[in-house]
Amino acid sequence: MLTKPDSDGPADAGGTRPETVIETSGLEVHYQLQGGALSRLLGLRSRTVKALDGVSVELRRGEVLGVVGESGSGKTTLGRALLGLVPATGGQITYHSAGGPREVARMRGRELRRLRTDLQMVFQDPSAALNPSMTIEEAVGHPLVIHKLASGAELRRRVHETLERVGLAPVERFASKYPSDLSGGQKQRAVIARAIILGPEVLVADEPISMLDMSVRAKILQLMLDLKQDLGLSYLYITHDLASAKYFCDRIAIMYLGRIVEIGPTADIFANPRHPYTQALLKAIPEPDPTRTVPRDLPRGEIPDAAEPPLGCSFHPRCDQAVASCGWETRDLRVLLDQHWTRGAANYDRERALVGDLDRLDTPGTSITLGGKDPEATLRLLERIRGENPDEPLWAGVRQIENDGRHVRVDFHDGVDPALRRHGVVDVACVLYDADDSESDVDSDDADTGGAGGSAG
Amino acid sequence: MAETTHGPVDAATVPRRARRSRTPRFVRTIWQTKGLARWILLVGVVITVVFVMFALFAPWIAPYGYDQVRDAGGDFPKSAAPGGDHLLGTNDQFFDIYSRVVWGARTAVTVVVLSVVISTVVGVPLGLVSGYVGGWFDRITVFLMDALYSFPSLLLAIVFSFLLRDALGGGIFAAALSLTAIYIPQYFRVVRNTTVSAREATYVEAAKAIGAPPRTVMRKYLFGNVVQSVPVIGTLNAADALGTLAALGFLGFGIQPTEASEWGYDLSRALDNVGAGDVSPALWPGLAIILLVTALTLVGEGLNETLNPTLRRRRLRKVVLPPRSEEKSR
Amino acid sequence: MSDLVLDDVGPAGDREPVLAAEDLRVWYGTDRGPVRAVDGVSFELQPGEILGLVGESGCGKSTLGRGLLGLLPPGAARDGALRFRGKDMLSLKKREQYRMRGSQLGMIFQEPLTRLNPMMRISDHFAETLRTHEPGIDKHDVEDRSLEALRVMGIPPTRFRAFPHEFSGGMRQRLMIALALVLRPAFVVADEPTTALDVLVEAQIIRILHDLRETYDTSLLLITHNLGIVAEACDRVAVMYAGKIVEIGPSRQVFARPEHSYTRELLRSTISLSTTGLNYIEGAPPDLTDPPSGCHFHPRCPDAMAICTTTEPTPRTVEGGATVACWASEVRHGTRLDDADRAPLDKEEIALADEA
Repeated sequence: MLTKPDSDGPADAGGTRPETVIETSGLEVHYQLQGGALSRLLGLRSRTVKALDGVSVELRRGEVLGVVGESGSGKTTLGRALLGLVPATGGQITYHSAGGPREVARMRGRELRRLRTDLQMVFQDPSAALNPSMTIEEAVGHPLVIHKLASGAELRRRVHETLERVGLAPVERFASKYPSDLSGGQKQRAVIARAIILGPEVLVADEPISMLDMSVRAKILQLMLDLKQDLGLSYLYITHDLASAKYFCDRIAIMYLGRIVEIGPTADIFANPRHPYTQALLKAIPEPDPTRTVPRDLPRGEIPDAAEPPLGCSFHPRCDQAVASCGWETRDLRVLLDQHWTRGAANYDRERALVGDLDRLDTPGTSITLGGKDPEATLRLLERIRGENPDEPLWAGVRQIENDGRHVRVDFHDGVDPALRRHGVVDVACVLYDADDSESDVDSDDADTGGAGGSAG
Repeated sequence: MAETTHGPVDAATVPRRARRSRTPRFVRTIWQTKGLARWILLVGVVITVVFVMFALFAPWIAPYGYDQVRDAGGDFPKSAAPGGDHLLGTNDQFFDIYSRVVWGARTAVTVVVLSVVISTVVGVPLGLVSGYVGGWFDRITVFLMDALYSFPSLLLAIVFSFLLRDALGGGIFAAALSLTAIYIPQYFRVVRNTTVSAREATYVEAAKAIGAPPRTVMRKYLFGNVVQSVPVIGTLNAADALGTLAALGFLGFGIQPTEASEWGYDLSRALDNVGAGDVSPALWPGLAIILLVTALTLVGEGLNETLNPTLRRRRLRKVVLPPRSEEKSR
Repeated sequence: MSDLVLDDVGPAGDREPVLAAEDLRVWYGTDRGPVRAVDGVSFELQPGEILGLVGESGCGKSTLGRGLLGLLPPGAARDGALRFRGKDMLSLKKREQYRMRGSQLGMIFQEPLTRLNPMMRISDHFAETLRTHEPGIDKHDVEDRSLEALRVMGIPPTRFRAFPHEFSGGMRQRLMIALALVLRPAFVVADEPTTALDVLVEAQIIRILHDLRETYDTSLLLITHNLGIVAEACDRVAVMYAGKIVEIGPSRQVFARPEHSYTRELLRSTISLSTTGLNYIEGAPPDLTDPPSGCHFHPRCPDAMAICTTTEPTPRTVEGGATVACWASEVRHGTRLDDADRAPLDKEEIALADEA
């Protein structure tokens, strides 16, 4: 039974408390990367990884908010930041507790630990989330011991009650077991029991079913739905699996490289996905549907390195609908050359020499000089590659290709980093849905084609 | 390759093991050990137990005191041959060799136990805190411990026994403490490194997520999982400690002969007379050292084989497929 | 295009099968007794065909995959019949088996990074693989064939001299596939090749595996727990439960009209985009040291009858080409049973937490 918040809100949502239970505003979690041993010795640049780069999202009371993305999208970091398990380097996290709004991002030590009675977490790998040297009874009861909420017979009673509630019944069969004695599904039930024993308001569920055997997934999801209804919980459901999110969530946020690219009610996201990334994810889900065949028009490549994200929109290198203003750059040109050589390696050595040092293309930038002895031949090569697939979105982003006598110079348009904007009932971060810019896009598109063609001619 | 690294059937088919009594798990593992590891362990334990018996019941086993040179029957002879009142003879200091060897066991066991206990008590918590807290505290302790570790261990023990001699005299406790200095870094390094990797485990994060303060995380979540290699280091160190103690005694930096009986010292004194054909005073303490060191090493290796998961092999039995007819009639 | 391929490699195809298993058993020993991980499995694989192997964890899928290649844990035993291109594989010596792996039989694992030597360049990996199986191959051939294998996998030649750690997870899996295919084996087992990968990358890899037969005439056994992948990429599907193949047939037919109760329940319990309610199979797969009597699925089967506990159903081919071993399916197709045999089974209650 799927419970929608508007159809039956939890009973304790008294009129005075706000509709939102926890929200973030411009939340940033940046890490300093320390590079390899050599670069550390030499004191070279330390790179910053923006695991979360300005995420604003709210979790409403009694709802299930799905956070969907690939690994490296920052979805797990978002869940951990909400609980204060990773420190926020910027922005706010506001928890609207019974005693008024509280700022999680500024909490430290004891205050942060006390917050955990209200915000709890379920982990992806149940085998790793339980201390191997604690029995199930000890593990599930430990939150009560830590917060000095129960001891002795009372502790035992509450642990047994909670174990029963999550379906680990008869309790005597499980209470004195060690995690290694239980199956994956049973361990996940214990992890859930440990999370709910303190009576939290919010449960961050980080891929709670993805490590489980397929016959158990539905059971654990059902358990979570039952608990939500009985205990009035709100869930942040982190997953890479759109199918379970579709069934389980009221709203869905799609994340890519530390940002939310689309967020809205589940039904709308699935009926009318706007962001090209959302569209691609939906297309890629393997469905046990006998009429389906292997999808062929999928984004190429993988989620990029968060330490050096693409310019403009992070998704543009993989996007098949990208336009001139998406942030094209030299690294995309390298990918294009790689693809060209992957398609046919016949003239690889000769063509490679025409391009020159490929590694120079790896430094982010919108302008690059290519080639050496014979710039005319390099130019012809680029034109030939373009001729192979003129619809390749990258060419829209090229402002001009020019032979300056010694080199071939390639310039790209400056990119726009799209912000999350309202579009119908959803918010989407994509230049295609940026009403203000859409016209100028078309203009510049025309202009490039002319410009590039002119310089080549 | 694939056969050994990948269990062919997933955990789900293995029936949930029935819960046994509340004996610690490693005791069960040791009990269930089979094959060579079991024999190594058994032989080591038996010899060690014999020496521990000597140590515990020395006053009853040894006919004389360790520094006794006369009894009711008068002064002991010097360098007497084995037999008569003196089972293994006497040495050049008029001591009864058999009694010295038995009392020596008491000295050896006391020093070894003391040094292992003290270095565990200091090294393990230090490594745990250092690994978990990290930061500058970790860097400083690691630096200090590495400095201690890189010192030649015998030299370090000599330096410490010199330093401690003024404060504590040349007794058993001083010897144990100077050995402790050698072994603390070993426990520290092992515990600290396992803590650093265990710190990233999900169950540690889960402990933080339920609001456990750092002390609780270390005590209830990390400690039990990082000390598993300590018993192995403990027994191996015990063997090493015994050798170092003997070496200290041999060089004259160890326990004074009037404080306690010590094999290394006796051996050192007796070696001069071996050339003259008086073998007994050197033979027995030397044999005792070799036997106990070997026994402790065997225990250590045996424990390592059984407790160290990387050395432990999946035990697979040979299968004989039953004929089909039997199958069908089922 | 893929439809055409689907149609001409049906099980009734008249080409000689690449691989044929008949009543194959793979057991291995534990302290609790022999585990009947694969217990009487028969199937054939046509050249260029992709067979999906699905089932819950602990049903013997991986053991079957490895057993076909002779990768068995120490002490394990195989019997029955296994023919690869007509050659009896079970009577081969260890050395011969070893020589066939790589050159004629290939394996793709789940964790690509653990199978690549971090100190060796990609070019060295290829050179080693090629030289081991084709001694005396010259340098140019090594490079040409490696680059061709990489190209098919969509890896640019510019990365040929890179080290494994310079590749992303998806790229590493492509590398592993390229390494497994550079010798052009006729039969490859892929054991959960995409489980560790993201959705989009998974879809890319599945497409590559699906398209393999256009370049190499490779037959593929694709072991996965993801029914969606099987539906999209596989010509036929084999459903495994407790060491036996309970249903095997064209994947479209099996997914549209599952015959075996286990197949049906497995499909029902899968959460997909069209899921409107949560269903699950009660209980967990049995302990394979002591599987249930009769049909192994009967303790969990909603259709179980009295006969299911006593008599193991024999595999029967139904219309459309699927082969099924299920009493409920037989009854539906007109097999007459005594009333006593047909009586619905009074099952023991399965506790909620008895699960995998």
